Amino acid sequence: MQVFDLAKSTLRELNQALHNVQNGSNETAWEVLNPKGSHAVAAGVDAPISVDVRGSVGYYCGGMNSEATITVHGSAGPGVGENMMSGSIVVKGDASQYAGATGKGGLLVIEGNASSRCGISMKGIDIVVHGNIGHMSAFMAQSGHLVVLGDAGDALGDSIYEAKLFVRGNVKSLGADCIKKEMRPEHIAKLRDLLDRAGVKDVKPEEFTRYGSARTLYNFNIDNADAY
Amino acid sequence: MCGIVGLFLKDKSLEPQLGAMLSEMLVLLTDRGPDSAGIAIYGASQKDHGKLTIQSQQPARDFAGLEAELGKKIGASVTMLVKSTHAVLDVPRNKLEAARDAIAELRPDARVMGMGDTIEIYKEVGLPEKVAERFEVSKMSGTHGIGHTRMATESAVTTMGAHPFSTGPDQCLVHNGSLSNHNNVRRELKREGMTFETENDTEVAAAYLSHKISNGQDLGQALESSLSDLDGFFTFVVGTKNGFGVVRDPIACKPAVLAETDQYVAFGSEYRALAKLPGIDGAKVWEPEPSTVYFWEH
Repeated sequence: MQVFDLAKSTLRELNQALHNVQNGSNETAWEVLNPKGSHAVAAGVDAPISVDVRGSVGYYCGGMNSEATITVHGSAGPGVGENMMSGSIVVKGDASQYAGATGKGGLLVIEGNASSRCGISMKGIDIVVHGNIGHMSAFMAQSGHLVVLGDAGDALGDSIYEAKLFVRGNVKSLGADCIKKEMRPEHIAKLRDLLDRAGVKDVKPEEFTRYGSARTLYNFNIDNADAY
Repeated sequence: MCGIVGLFLKDKSLEPQLGAMLSEMLVLLTDRGPDSAGIAIYGASQKDHGKLTIQSQQPARDFAGLEAELGKKIGASVTMLVKSTHAVLDVPRNKLEAARDAIAELRPDARVMGMGDTIEIYKEVGLPEKVAERFEVSKMSGTHGIGHTRMATESAVTTMGAHPFSTGPDQCLVHNGSLSNHNNVRRELKREGMTFETENDTEVAAAYLSHKISNGQDLGQALESSLSDLDGFFTFVVGTKNGFGVVRDPIACKPAVLAETDQYVAFGSEYRALAKLPGIDGAKVWEPEPSTVYFWEH
């Protein structure tokens, strides 16, 4: 286990060390102490390693993550897992705004609540939130899955493309062009797989409602001008 | 960007450390705004006494002999404590407004930063660490305080453009964001008799709240009204004699984190600002909801 104490070393040293890990390296397990809200902790990792962060982090933790398994044993600031490519990030506490924004792949799990704009412009990432999500989540979400065990705030899925949203609780309001959709067997199967991988037990896929695009705003139509 | 901090003490034993805790919180947010910094501290209330914080670009000239001249002019005993470019004048409470008007006459270049029973405001151009050192903020005790480090967007980098802004007795405001209708609101408030020192958007928000309060609203109601009348991006932290409040605009893209323990309520633009507070690991930490007024009072 490689241990990095941010009370003693700089963030730059930590991220450089993580970026230096070569494929096939034995240094596969890393631990970060005293993050104290630092920005960009373990951003840009590009190797199949595990990183355990002991405490709360600030902006952009695990941004652009590729292949790594990052666990934040605390809460995360804005933009956790922004533009993640693959691998997984688990936040044991809450996440601030725009968690998983523009993510292309991988799995982001928030065990607490996520704030506003969760999954904004997501492009293939899977996000599972054990608690609630805030307003404007999945805005212009293009593909991937957003699973919410609790409630969603205002304007869920505004101007959404082909991302699939599954909410177990209440949705305060839906955004423009986002509608409730039927749960077909393939959605149940996908949801079961996501819940499994996110460590969610005792919750059935059948308890969720699916939301997605009504596909009326894809091409500009003057009659829809007010909806944009 | 800009960084905001606020600290409201519930545990009296922490009061001697208020200035030190608040300056450390502000310094931790230095890279959110290196242009200027300011702090408002609410100290102990003294019976029948009030204070004015004034600022001058030429303190040696403006503060010399002011104690005696002001005392003579308002017919009361005045004591003055000079800290760098700022001076705090202690005057009888019923002479506060007379003292403010007298200072404008005696020292036309000096600016009143704030006045009231317990408020002291210090703000200058420069990094939070330098500003806090300059005014020895870490030695100050108090019941609550707010601070701001500025990345200027809407008006020039000057002492008067720094936060906190005070436009009413014991009231002050810090702001992260930018208001888009401040010119219009300023015009309306001027018509109602409010006066302005700068072209700054935040000063308009402070004057708006003071105007509402002077028309009979309490701070909570004034903050509620601001949600419909002020347009733009804002996270506000507001101080009054007895407490502090927090409100965010409906979009809430300007960050905000609150923490509460048995000893204090703390606000920070980021968790970083709170990370060194005592007992933070066991604190209740959350993000204030958009369009929701939060308020704590002694």
